[in-house]
Amino acid sequence: MELLISVIKIVVVMGVMLGIVAYVVLLERRLSAAIQNRIGPNRVGWQGLLQPIADVVKLVFKEDIVPLKSNRFIHDLAPIISLAVALTTFAVVPFGDKINLFGYDIKLQIADVNIGILFILALTSLGVYGLTLSGWSSNSKYALLGGVRSSAQMISYELSMGLAVLGVVMIAGSLQLDTIVEAQAGWKWNIILQPIGFITFVTAAFAETNRLPFDLPEAEPELVAGYHTEYSGMKFAAYYLSEYANMFVSSAIITTLYLGGWQVPFVHSFGFSDFWIGIIQVFGFLTKVILFVSFFIIIRWTIPRFRYDQLMNLGWKFMLPVSILNLLITGLVILLLS
Amino acid sequence: MNLVDIIFYFFALITLVSAAITVYSRNIIYSAFSLLFTFFGVAGIYVLLNADFIAVAQILIYVGGILMLLVFGVMLTHKVINVEIKTGILNVVPGSIITAIIGGTLCGVFVVTDWFIVEGVPPIKSTTTEIGTMFMTKYLLPFEIASVVLLVALIGAAYIARRDKSKNQSA
Repeated sequence: MELLISVIKIVVVMGVMLGIVAYVVLLERRLSAAIQNRIGPNRVGWQGLLQPIADVVKLVFKEDIVPLKSNRFIHDLAPIISLAVALTTFAVVPFGDKINLFGYDIKLQIADVNIGILFILALTSLGVYGLTLSGWSSNSKYALLGGVRSSAQMISYELSMGLAVLGVVMIAGSLQLDTIVEAQAGWKWNIILQPIGFITFVTAAFAETNRLPFDLPEAEPELVAGYHTEYSGMKFAAYYLSEYANMFVSSAIITTLYLGGWQVPFVHSFGFSDFWIGIIQVFGFLTKVILFVSFFIIIRWTIPRFRYDQLMNLGWKFMLPVSILNLLITGLVILLLS
Repeated sequence: MNLVDIIFYFFALITLVSAAITVYSRNIIYSAFSLLFTFFGVAGIYVLLNADFIAVAQILIYVGGILMLLVFGVMLTHKVINVEIKTGILNVVPGSIITAIIGGTLCGVFVVTDWFIVEGVPPIKSTTTEIGTMFMTKYLLPFEIASVVLLVALIGAAYIARRDKSKNQSA
């Protein structure tokens, strides 16, 4: 029975997640259109709501072109790594409290790992392989430059990301994501307790997901399309999907670490039954995540791209000292309060 | 053979096969790449042994950091600059002697040692707390020495990088 529940959870979460990710693409297109005073895709279905389906059908039927002198095996493997890493990370994110369904207590989290945060950091550090290997195996200079940029960028920003997370870990006293969410009950969200950590973590998350202003690996005026220049068809779709899945997952992680996770303040004071409180909490979590995804998108159309040296200076000379300072201050405050 | 055994042999197979590819491959990028699977297999065995922290640290540090730098270096030199990086077989006799000695010692230790096997240990709830406490109390000195070694390596790397730069400027 345990196994069956786990399988059902995995299938449901994957389905919902892929659906949301497909509609995040639409959200990005509509939102960017609104920001640029355009209309955007609104022809397929009501307000363009069927556009993701049309896109998927188009991509499935496209020809898969592999460059002649590329390394076929790695060229095929790279998008798989990217997508697998992006989708696996969500496994440890708790998206709700326990919920009682048909007499079974179901924990709304696929895998409750003791070392949840480290698991996330380890997996995000694997994501860089998808980009780097695609850049190398394509045997194209633009793709290679994109891959090199992405590996340098992601290694640099992983440091400040890890240090920012440590502040949260110190407050909760655990690496388990569930405990971290429970420590943020009520209004004790980490965004209030850890404002500097929040800002550094969000900046690092932008860099890790290769979104503007950190999208140097695919800077289109310089590198055509960067690391995925030589990809087409479903393999390109895998990259496209993993970019948006990464965005969704990072928003989910930021929500879990800093915005209280599935906690909805004062939900217990309205006298709902436990089941409905569980449902409200799941929707609260999803709302926070979608709002943060919108923030990602709005930032993309607001801030221009960094130059490469600016990116490295920001990462090593500003973000790293600031996150170490944040760590020291957090430790000092915890020591004084205890 | 129960499930744990099957999983163990699965990870052991991954580790051994990919390690063999790492050593025998003629193409250096394949070597670097199959090393990824070696680290993975080892991490899997750590998880099987309930050492979750070490498993994740293994992936975080070796796969995410060290191997990435290796691949990065290979990518920047291989095919970009006209330097052929090839792996060849050198020094067959001394190599096989040293390997035989190490292999023999390991096998000997494996056979001779009276292994300390504890059955039915309850799973430890949080390994990280224990590891952290141990590092800060019992093993403080080795822990600090390791950090000093890392600092020395950092200073050395910075020194080498800086020295080359100043030489080029004066020339």
